[in-house]
Parts: sequence; C-alpha cells; structure tokens
Amino acid sequence: MSITVYVPCDSSAVSLGADRVAKAITQEAAKRGVDIKLVRNGSRGMYWLEPLVEVATAKGRIAYGPVQPGNVSGLFDAGFTEGGAHALSLGLTEELDYFKKQQRLTFARIGKTDPISLTDYVANDGYRGLKNALSLTQANIVKAVTDSGLRGRGGAAFPTGIKWNTVLNAPSLQKYIICNADEGDSGTFSDRMVMEGDPFVLIEGMTIAGLAVDATQGYIYLRIEYPHAFEILSAAITTAYKEGYLGENIQGSGKTFNLEVRLGAGAYVCGEETSLMESLEGKRGLVRFKPPLPAISGLFGKPTVVNNVISLASVPVILDKGGDYYRDFGMGRSRGTLPVQLAGNIKRPGLVELGFGLTLRELLYDFGGGSASGRPIKAVQVGGPLGAYLPESQFDTPLDYEAFAANWTVLGHGGIVVFDDTVNMAKMARYSMEFCKIESCGKCTPCRIGSTRGVEVMDDIINGRNLEKNIPLLRDLCDTLLNGSLCALGGMTPYPVLSALNHFPEDFGVNEKATAA
Amino acid sequence: MTESGTMQATVQEIIAALKDKPGALLPILHGVQDALGYIPADSVPDIATALSLSRAEVHGVISFYHYFRDTPPGKQTIHLCRAESCQAMGGRQLEEHVKAKLGIDFHETTADDKFSLEPVYCLGNCACSPAMQIGKEIYGRVTADSFDATITNSEASA
Repeated sequence: MSITVYVPCDSSAVSLGADRVAKAITQEAAKRGVDIKLVRNGSRGMYWLEPLVEVATAKGRIAYGPVQPGNVSGLFDAGFTEGGAHALSLGLTEELDYFKKQQRLTFARIGKTDPISLTDYVANDGYRGLKNALSLTQANIVKAVTDSGLRGRGGAAFPTGIKWNTVLNAPSLQKYIICNADEGDSGTFSDRMVMEGDPFVLIEGMTIAGLAVDATQGYIYLRIEYPHAFEILSAAITTAYKEGYLGENIQGSGKTFNLEVRLGAGAYVCGEETSLMESLEGKRGLVRFKPPLPAISGLFGKPTVVNNVISLASVPVILDKGGDYYRDFGMGRSRGTLPVQLAGNIKRPGLVELGFGLTLRELLYDFGGGSASGRPIKAVQVGGPLGAYLPESQFDTPLDYEAFAANWTVLGHGGIVVFDDTVNMAKMARYSMEFCKIESCGKCTPCRIGSTRGVEVMDDIINGRNLEKNIPLLRDLCDTLLNGSLCALGGMTPYPVLSALNHFPEDFGVNEKATAA
Repeated sequence: MTESGTMQATVQEIIAALKDKPGALLPILHGVQDALGYIPADSVPDIATALSLSRAEVHGVISFYHYFRDTPPGKQTIHLCRAESCQAMGGRQLEEHVKAKLGIDFHETTADDKFSLEPVYCLGNCACSPAMQIGKEIYGRVTADSFDATITNSEASA
C-alpha cells in the first residue's frame, strides 16, 4: 500500500523551498522503489518549521521540519515513510504545542487536506453548511449569522448579520456578493492561507451569502500579489461548477450562484470597500462618499455585500454547527475566533486561531517565543500599516475589539508585526506617512496633501530641526488627517504615527516632559 | 506582419474576448500586460473605443494602479517588499544592497535590460520576512547573499 506524504503548496512554504523538497522526495522514492503518494496540502501555519513534511502513519500524521532537499536522502535512510526517528522529526503534528493549543474553526481543514480536492473537502465536513442553508429560509440563514456574533474580520468589525440583513431587505432584481481578498496589510496572511489552503470554504461561504440575500453573482477581488492563490482558487471554482456547487441549480435546489475572481493591480486603497467597487467597475480606485452604503447601492449601483475572506470563510462552520456554537468562543462583544498572524521579528511566526481574549503577551511569548533576533521586543504593530504601535506596557491587552479601541489601538485583521529594540520609531512614523502618500487615492485633501507634508515634517524631526515647532505641527497635521479624511487610509495613518511619538518620544529627539506638555 | 501590427492584433484579440464582461477595463489591461509585458500607449485608443471611454479615462486607470506599466520591463521584474514586517527583519538594509547590486533605483531597469526593480507593499509572506518576488516565484528570508545567488541563477536560466 502506498504511503501518503504531505508537502505544503502554500506560497510561504514554497518561498522556503517546498517545491524543491517535493521534487526531491518524489525522485528519491522512485529511486528506492518506495511507493508513496505525494499530496500538496496547505500549511499548518507553523512557518518556522516550513517546509514541514508530514507522513501518514497508523498513529497519525508525523511531522518533519524544516526540511531542505539535502535532507531528503537522510530522511529515507531513517525510514521516515514509516515515521522513523530523525533529527528533524517533530512527532505527531497535531500534538505540537503551538498547534494543539489552538481552536481551529475557520482553519479546521487547512494543512490537513489537499486544497483543490473536493472529495477531501466533503470528507472533512465541507459543504455541510450549504446543505443546511438550502433547507432554511433566507431570514433564518441571516439569523444564524447574526446569532453567531460574527463581525467583519477585515478590520472594521461591523456585524456581518446586520450587513446581510440590510442587503436582504433592499429590493433589487440584481444583488452582488463581493469577497474583499485585497489583503494588503503588512503582517497579515490569513486570507492568503485560506485561499491557498482551503479555497472551497470561501466558495461555500460566498454561496451561502448569495442564497441568504438573493444575490446570484459573486466576485472575489484578489490582489495581484497573490498569484498562487489565484491559481488555486481558479482550479477550485472550475471544480465547483463541474460538480454542481456553483452555477445554476446548485445541488438540485433551483438556486443560482455564479462566481468569478477579479485581479487588483497593486493599489492598497482598493482594500477599502468603495474603492474596491470602483475598481471592479473598471475605474480608478477612488473612494466613494458614504452614504449610500454599499448594502443599499454598491457595485454597479446595486445592493452589495462586501465581506473579507475570513468573514466569509467562517460562515460555513456557523451554518453547519449553529450560531450558538460559534458564539460560545470569544469574550465580550468579540465572539468566535480570530486567526492571528504573528510576523516580523518573531521566533515562531505563524497562524494562531483562537477565541478572542488571549493577551498580546501570551501570543508574543507563549506562542511566538519572543523575538527572532533574541533581543528585547520594543514594539509591535497590530492591525496593519494603519494600526498603532504598542509598547511593552500595553502587552497585557486582551485580543478584543473593544479592549483595543479603549487603548486607542486597533485589532484590525489580526496581523501582529514584531520589532526588536534596534528599530527607530521615528523612521517607522516617517514610513507610515510615506506609505499614505504612495497609496492615497487622491480624492480628499487631508490624505493627498497631508501625507506629503507629513513626510516633510518627519524628515525635519528626524534631522532634529526645530522640534519645538515641528512636533506640535505633526500633531496638528495628524488631527487634520484623523478628522478630515474620507476613508481609513488618511483617517488612520495617525495611529502608527502618533502612537510611535507618544510611546517612544526619545526616538523623535524629544524628552517625555516636552511631549506631555 | 510588422511588430506594431502584431501588437495591435494581440490587443484586439484580448479586447474581443473580454469587452462584454461587466467592468471590463481591468481584465483587459491585465490581459494586455500579461501578453506584452506592459500596456503600450498605442493600445489605449483601441481599448477606449471598445469600451466607449475617452483615452484620458483609460490612461487615468493605467496610471492609477502601481502594477500597470506603460514602458517595457526588463527580462525579469523583481518585486521587493518594503512593508513593515520585512523592515523588522532587515528589509531596509536588503533594499540598499539590492539597489547597489543592480545599480538601479525602484521603478528602473538595468542597462543590460535584464532586471526591473519595483517596490511592493506586502507579498503576504510576512512569516518569512524579508520577502521578494521574481516573476511568479516568491522568496522568503532573503539575505544579501541569497539575493545575489538567486539573481545569478535566474540570469543563467533566463
């Protein structure tokens, strides 16, 4: 009987040599006459161990990692296909502490299955949510999502059920479901992992959304920086059409849902939902005024649900196990789980899905193991390039939308970027202004011009010029951006800038006394 | 057929295949850039006519998006990540090294036409920072040495 060996096809694993490892294993097995079946799975999300090779044994899947092509021959010598001992052996994958301590709902299948195998998907609880949804009224599908307490995982944390309900009640012959897959925040990769590691869960979530609000057309707006995700999603969509999970008469229900992937073109601002819709319509990605809300007048002027990948990928488990099941995870008004992404200067970077409530410190040290460099962690940026920097004194903040907001910080899409004590926070503040300048859509003045002025003021500050004048000027400018911008790009750039200034004034050449005044 | 004639035929083919999609402009621009490596100024009037847009509108869309280019790239385009996670792992120093090694700045192409260098703001490879992309290949935990080895290899295979 052939032995199943798993080597991830996830693009981060590939960036560390997974394709070469897969090739080496295939060749070595052929050379030795060992009968193996090689499966390209998603990543388990333990990136310091990638490429992580797994072997199916009677006891369960045994992990080896990080494996390089040069290790392959030795692994065969050690009898790894039978789970043999080797220096790279990590034991049973699901007994690894980092993995075992997680609560994987949205990521339940990722790393276990072959992403483009519909058979694998269905055999591992896939399409059970859709099956239930097909037996429910539209109002009851929406109710399940509302009851689950799911809030938009893209960052804004708006209750998903309320959004769906608005679209359901908006009269129109044509409505749309848009998946915002323009995951542009640095330090985030959970959307990518879903699309590369379990594309059917996103397709299923979008199909359920379509049924719920009467939308027959969906679009996944995917960033061009994710070519692997594009290939895997496209393959899964083709299969879903072929097997009657997309198109007309889904699983004999008489319901229709069509789905297409559209590629962005490198504009960060297109992750803002109205800019995204302009882009889908074939225009410059200029932010729209709100109201009207997209739920009333969205894509091509029709009622539109715009949800993030993780929000939509969480819908199938909610419809499968019920809103209550999902709601029982989490804390306060942050219900369910959040797939947190540990990135930057951290020893054990990766994906940690857990119910809300864990503290930043537990994530950084218990899971992350501290900095990669071994130096003290100076600051972490949570929530992408528009998220605040948190100093050590704020590391006990629990992961909860409200707890973060109370600190003038943002949880956002759950990306955490770690910096050690070599970072200069004034330079990071300058970068935030520069990023805003590069990515501004140009529609509103505070963002378009304020970001350029912000870079200039930061240059003056970094060079120690006239700080008594320039520090208040920077604060004043941030006030204008914060209150006068049309969307979050200009409106939230002050978060990283001011948090850097407030928590690390010495990097700006000012002492704390001057800052307090 | 002349070179510009071939170009025009390619563009017309892409337009014909995609123009009836709702919001067809971005798919068409992607199609043209995939086929030709850039979006030639000469193709703009054809695209505009097919979609009942002005040339200015099409030009405006091309210039809005960082990914679209109106000049031919080098044989290979290197997208180097400048975002925070990569900076936390030495991305700034890597950026200096890459520019010095290639002798060009961002948005430029080497004199021998082998490489174009473009900044990118996150490749979603933040657990393996610093990251870069050459063509569709993604590289993680890039160092000055591994960068040099990678471009030497890709020059050899190009």
